[in-house]
Amino acid sequence: MDTPYAIEMLNITKRFPGIIANDNITLRLKKGEIHALLGENGAGKSTLMSVLFGLYQPEEGIIKKDGKEVSIKNPNDANALGIGMVHQHFKLVECFTVLDNIILGVEDTKNGLLQKKEARKKVVALSEKYGLSIDPDALIEDITVGMQQRVEILKMLYRDNEILIFDEPTAVLTPQEIDELMKIMKNLASEGKSILFISHKLAEIMKVSDRCSVLRKGAYIGTLETAKTSIEELSAMMVGRNVNFHVEKQEKAPSDVVLDVENLCVKSETHNLDAVKNVSFKVRRGEIVCIAGIDGNGQKELIESITGLTNAHSGSIKMLGKDITREKIRKRNVMGMSHIPEDRHKHGLVLDYSLEDNLILERYFEPEFTNKAGFLKRKNIRKYADRLIEEYDIRSGQGAITIARSMSGGNQQKAIIAREIDKNPELLVAVQPTRGLDVGAIEYIHKHLVEQRDADKAVLMVSYELEEVMDVSDRILVLFEGEIVGEFDPKKTTEEELGLYMAGAKRDEVKA
Amino acid sequence: MKKLLKNDGVQTFLASLLCIILGMLIGYIVLLFINPAGAGKAIMDIMRNFFNFSNPLMQLKRFGNTVAKTMPLLLCSLSILFSYKVGLFNIGVAGQYCIGVCASLYAALAWHWNWFFCMTFAIVAGAFAGMLVGLLKSLFNVNEVISGIMLNWIILYFTNMTLNKVKEVASPYTLYIDQVNPGAFLPNAGLDKLFNNNQYITIAVPIALVVTIAVYVVLNKTKLGYELRATGLNAKAAKYCGMAEKKNMILSLVISGALAGLGASLLYQTGYMRWECTSASVPAMGFNGIATAFLGGLNPIGAIFSSYFIQHITDGGSYVDKSMYCSQISDLISSIIIYLCGFVFFMKYAFNKVLNKKKEPVNNANAKTDKGGEN
Repeated sequence: MDTPYAIEMLNITKRFPGIIANDNITLRLKKGEIHALLGENGAGKSTLMSVLFGLYQPEEGIIKKDGKEVSIKNPNDANALGIGMVHQHFKLVECFTVLDNIILGVEDTKNGLLQKKEARKKVVALSEKYGLSIDPDALIEDITVGMQQRVEILKMLYRDNEILIFDEPTAVLTPQEIDELMKIMKNLASEGKSILFISHKLAEIMKVSDRCSVLRKGAYIGTLETAKTSIEELSAMMVGRNVNFHVEKQEKAPSDVVLDVENLCVKSETHNLDAVKNVSFKVRRGEIVCIAGIDGNGQKELIESITGLTNAHSGSIKMLGKDITREKIRKRNVMGMSHIPEDRHKHGLVLDYSLEDNLILERYFEPEFTNKAGFLKRKNIRKYADRLIEEYDIRSGQGAITIARSMSGGNQQKAIIAREIDKNPELLVAVQPTRGLDVGAIEYIHKHLVEQRDADKAVLMVSYELEEVMDVSDRILVLFEGEIVGEFDPKKTTEEELGLYMAGAKRDEVKA
Repeated sequence: MKKLLKNDGVQTFLASLLCIILGMLIGYIVLLFINPAGAGKAIMDIMRNFFNFSNPLMQLKRFGNTVAKTMPLLLCSLSILFSYKVGLFNIGVAGQYCIGVCASLYAALAWHWNWFFCMTFAIVAGAFAGMLVGLLKSLFNVNEVISGIMLNWIILYFTNMTLNKVKEVASPYTLYIDQVNPGAFLPNAGLDKLFNNNQYITIAVPIALVVTIAVYVVLNKTKLGYELRATGLNAKAAKYCGMAEKKNMILSLVISGALAGLGASLLYQTGYMRWECTSASVPAMGFNGIATAFLGGLNPIGAIFSSYFIQHITDGGSYVDKSMYCSQISDLISSIIIYLCGFVFFMKYAFNKVLNKKKEPVNNANAKTDKGGEN
């Protein structure tokens, strides 16, 4: 049978308790095309891809490959059919080399011994053919996120996969790395690979994809030729209404200093050198200060020392005039520091706790929720949770008692935002608050950040996305190799200029 | 019906039951290989335990013996599940139980303390042993399993050495409490009357049950339990939100050890057992507590039933016909059943898988008939 389609997913329906994740969705992927799958968080993109990859079995619908119906019961089946996937969170063994990771699971052996010579040849050939430069002998833990992604791509190519799924591949990359990835994807498509590209970044979709299918709340909305559509049309299809891309905010003069960091030095977790070198800056009431920079330039260590997860070895951190350099986390929280952590699964939530238990994670010890004998006041907790769910529009299958793990990423993040903002903090520290979220949720979070600033709170944000940095902040500090190398007013600078500072090509002497 | 099958408690119960049956089946097969003639009867004898006596009064008295030995097992399984909720596998429970024996017996026999102080001393000793494991874990990141096992051996020899001072001259066993210091016996409080004057039934029974409920309440209703479970489920998130996760780890192991120490006192201060000062291994009670905790679905209330059951078959083992099987057979069979009991969570998983598979076609059928109705 001859068909232009590499993969057809016809009338797929997948239900979870209380939710229809995919409702009669049809997706056709042409051979050699880059097909974008667009949708908000919880729209059902990941579920649909998991069905294709054999992680879930659909209740209804069939999957065809090259016009023939196939059954995909597990990822091995998918692999055998030439379907490969780069997950949003990479599946790599940190302490193995690049080459070992690529051949993992399909190693050639002779008499029980590994045969890596052939594998190495093939990997090097592939990396040259597709322009994926890597060092096969480097350890995964030593290479950048962008390189790790290339390893994931090579893993698929090494397995001779024809259909490549990219699950939000740009979420973790710098602007330069994103451009690189776009080039690689086009390259792969022109070599005959078919690519499914999951994203909610409209600009990227416009730039790289041939066609685009849109999902909303589990339903299929439509498929468009990218060349014949616009960002506005796509976003309206995705969200179901017109979205405001620009953050609205009034001019506001910052007042008292809330956070005062002086000559801060923090050791790195991975090596014994300083990850943060002699950093000084202030954050005042009524301003959003944004720390820009490429991931891995000391942002993590800087934020952890401010929030108390690690200790600085020299310098001082003052909050509201009080030295908190060595204070416990709990003390900092009670003093009015809120922290939206970078990794919501690792730090932000106890995934196996219910939503309500997660919402009180930083307040459970207050008299409102615990009586003098140490018993939790369940009634008050429920009331509090119900109020936050209502006010912050947190959607979940079963309300307050929903297990956090079963919620969509966007709603998990909303729960964290609700918890952190409802504490009415003096200082809000937000690290990558919109990471992996769709435009609707991003708009929502930006609105809340600006509200905090307008309510005369101090906001310190870390973001790796320049667009966000330019849009939201009142003041930008660029961090490069653990030092602040520039301070900017977003109205008087450009992304290009910031890019030069972020890459270390330019620097000023800054005393912010 | 479907809803009932989906209920977590019901599933745990069914899975536990399945494990028990499977364990019996495998035990039966083993017996068949050894001596086919008596296999059926041997399994029945184990399950019957005290019902092997025909006299109802005798049955009652023997039932009392099993109940008396259930209490320490219950405490050991509480000890396991308490630390397990915090994400720690306290295999040192056996040693913490052992140090409890050492403390309560030494206080009773050497210092002639009264029962309450002996019991308290055992709790403190167990808590101290638990604390050592906790400190090693949180200060030096020593795996609690490794340090627990090492500590088990240290405590065993320490116990042998210490109790050597209060042992009978002619035997390796410790002195009889009633001959030295009857005040160290736990009071019967009239409970012995309920079991045909079984002297081993003491206030240990109500103490153990109250502690069980207390553990349930602490874990599920209090701030402490909320913190401990959060630490167990995601230590990083617990730290992020300002919980003292290291303190919590130590605290949970201290409580865990205290429970095990109490368990020891609840058995040895009834006079049911004496310590053998040449023991070459820590008492099995602690290890049985692991299987018991899992059989009870890691739920304190479930542990009451599972610990009774495990003790029931452990005691039942002594009724196996020794002319057909060697004397170790009872331990072998009961340990096979106990071993299988550790598989409750696997059973639950398998059970859910089958249930979900069965459910899907039913759903589809329903959906189709619904549509048909509309047409």
